[in-house]
Amino acid sequence: MSETSTRRTGTASAQDDRPPVTAPAGGAAPGTRSAAGRFVTTVVRSREMSILLVLLVVVAAATAKTPGFLFSSNGWRDLLLTPSILLLLAVGQALVIITRNVDLSVGSVVALTAYLTGRLFIDVPGIPLVVVVLAGLAAGAVLGLVNGLLVALAKVPALVITLGTLYIYRGAVLTWAGSDRVNAGDMPRTFLALGTRSVLGLPVLFLVAVAVLAAVGYYLHSHRGGRELYAIGSDPDAAELYGLQVRRRVLAAFVLSGALAGLAGVLYTARYGTVSSGAGTGLELQAVAAVVIGGVAIFGGSGTVWGAALGAVLLVTINRALPILGIPDFWQRAVVGALIIGSIVLDRVLAARRARRLVEARDAS
Amino acid sequence: MTSTRTTSSTTRSYPSYSQPLWRRLLLTREWAVIALLAAVVAYAMVNVANFDGPLTVTYLLLDVTPILLIALPMTLVIVSGEIDLSVASVVGLSSVLLGVLHEAGLSIPVAAVLALLAGVLCGAFNGFLVAHVGLPSLAVTIGTLALFRGLAVGLLGTQAVTDFPDRWTDLAKAKIGESSVPLVVVLVVALAVAFALLLHFTAFGRGVYDIGLNSEAAHFTGVDVARTKFLLFVMSGVVSALAGIYYTLRFGSARGDNATGLELQVIAAVLLGGVSIFGGRGRLHGVLAGVLLIGVIASALRLEGVTVNVINIITGLLLVGSVVSTSVLARISRSARPSPRGTSVPSSAPVGVGTQER
Repeated sequence: MSETSTRRTGTASAQDDRPPVTAPAGGAAPGTRSAAGRFVTTVVRSREMSILLVLLVVVAAATAKTPGFLFSSNGWRDLLLTPSILLLLAVGQALVIITRNVDLSVGSVVALTAYLTGRLFIDVPGIPLVVVVLAGLAAGAVLGLVNGLLVALAKVPALVITLGTLYIYRGAVLTWAGSDRVNAGDMPRTFLALGTRSVLGLPVLFLVAVAVLAAVGYYLHSHRGGRELYAIGSDPDAAELYGLQVRRRVLAAFVLSGALAGLAGVLYTARYGTVSSGAGTGLELQAVAAVVIGGVAIFGGSGTVWGAALGAVLLVTINRALPILGIPDFWQRAVVGALIIGSIVLDRVLAARRARRLVEARDAS
Repeated sequence: MTSTRTTSSTTRSYPSYSQPLWRRLLLTREWAVIALLAAVVAYAMVNVANFDGPLTVTYLLLDVTPILLIALPMTLVIVSGEIDLSVASVVGLSSVLLGVLHEAGLSIPVAAVLALLAGVLCGAFNGFLVAHVGLPSLAVTIGTLALFRGLAVGLLGTQAVTDFPDRWTDLAKAKIGESSVPLVVVLVVALAVAFALLLHFTAFGRGVYDIGLNSEAAHFTGVDVARTKFLLFVMSGVVSALAGIYYTLRFGSARGDNATGLELQVIAAVLLGGVSIFGGRGRLHGVLAGVLLIGVIASALRLEGVTVNVINIITGLLLVGSVVSTSVLARISRSARPSPRGTSVPSSAPVGVGTQER
């Protein structure tokens, strides 16, 4: 997916996250009619649109079979609530992958911060909610900083470093928690209510995730730092020669990914109420899968967080829809795998087609 | 990444060849790992009770066998600059297939052959997408990691097949004569020798290194890049399936979630053994030592009553430490050798750490 096409799609897809398709007409008021028309065309033809379509088909199919999948208060809530945690992780992961790195330690970071959250409520009775959330964010950021420093220091691919910290962080939480688990009874009602409460029909967790998504999406799309992340991912050497602070930017991406994983850990505790040391196992691969499905190239430099977020929603929704469609949920991982492979093949086909068009355009002129 | 590319553009001085032969052979990353392994074994022999007992060796080798087996093709795959994350899922799939086919009335050898065939197909699928379609192996094998595991779990659900004939399950745990060395070690050694010959003493193996260093240049020197990569992934698939069969018979149980997470252990061991994740560097004896090192540490700690958590931490620290030390040593040895043609500068870093990176 080339830079120019993704840049244009960004702002509109912000609204695409809410399943009903009201977005394209809304966000594009400024500009002349032809500009608006062009804008709509790019949105409709964007890579993100294909994921949204698949998502809508899945939801429609499941709803046709069981109307309660969408048209019951529980169904609507679950549709938005379940993907929220993975959505946060996917946003962080997309940031890191755009810089041509990868963060495999997020699942372990979620476990550590989730357990930390529970521990804080037990050990410090009456601790304010804000402090707990901040503590989770800070803990995640520190773990991300460790990843980032090691990657910058050793100059080895992040894959290796974060594979190591995946073990280390998981080992740390296993040692810390042992067979102990934090139960819902240990935590204040107000906190647990966060995990289930809705405001204006939208779950609180979903609102948090969307707020983060919007902020990161805006940063990547319009802010200088965000554009530099794409530049670094496209060609690290060129970015260095151009005078970009490659190391600092990559470090920041890791810190942000860690902090978002920390936030996800706090939300995990609020959502599920119980935390054991095995929490979040395998989440890292789901996060990477969501990002890849969302059209972010695994070798960096292209893709959007909107796509990654849609990928996360699609992944979780498919998992929930399969049993309804009569496929035993044992097969869900196979479907996810097929989806990942399908989306990278699709990306390759699209890229090849675009290259061919560019060649034709060059030859014609 | 950036630094490695700039070093290759400086004038070539072959500093590693200015050293005497014995230094070039012995002062390498691989021998550092082997020395560390020997030190840990010696330490454990003295300080850990029961470590020198016969049961320890048996169980150590039995436990480490699947990782040893898969590490062999994984080394080649990583040397060629690719990666295969789907190996543990292939282990799970072949384990489930063995169970399902045996339950359907096939004898164990027939079921095993079919499971191996499935491994070939899995590897060929990966290899086709990577070598012929040209997709990044990291993304492809994350996808097939989920796909193959999903097939395994889908075929058996939460059930397990456990009614394997004793003759075969005993064979997986059998020992050579009266010694405490399991029979399966013969298989491991045979495969290790085969892979060592393939990687280090054939044109195919040299081609693997060439691809890892620069696949375009390899193409122009006449290496069939696509075919080589395809074959590497097929090998990885079939050996993983073999490990799956062993895994099933050893524990007498075929389950969809067998060997989950094994791919990370394999890759950790391979990288610990001195294989460069960038490709083009690494030798099999280092990898074998790396696998055994992790196995010995885990086994010694378990005897000491340390839980699996700490073992996880140590595995991770070893992995991070080994890669960080490589590049830090490289930087030290570079700064200790200011002139590129300096021939007799005694470098504290082992040869092959700083000098042989690309």
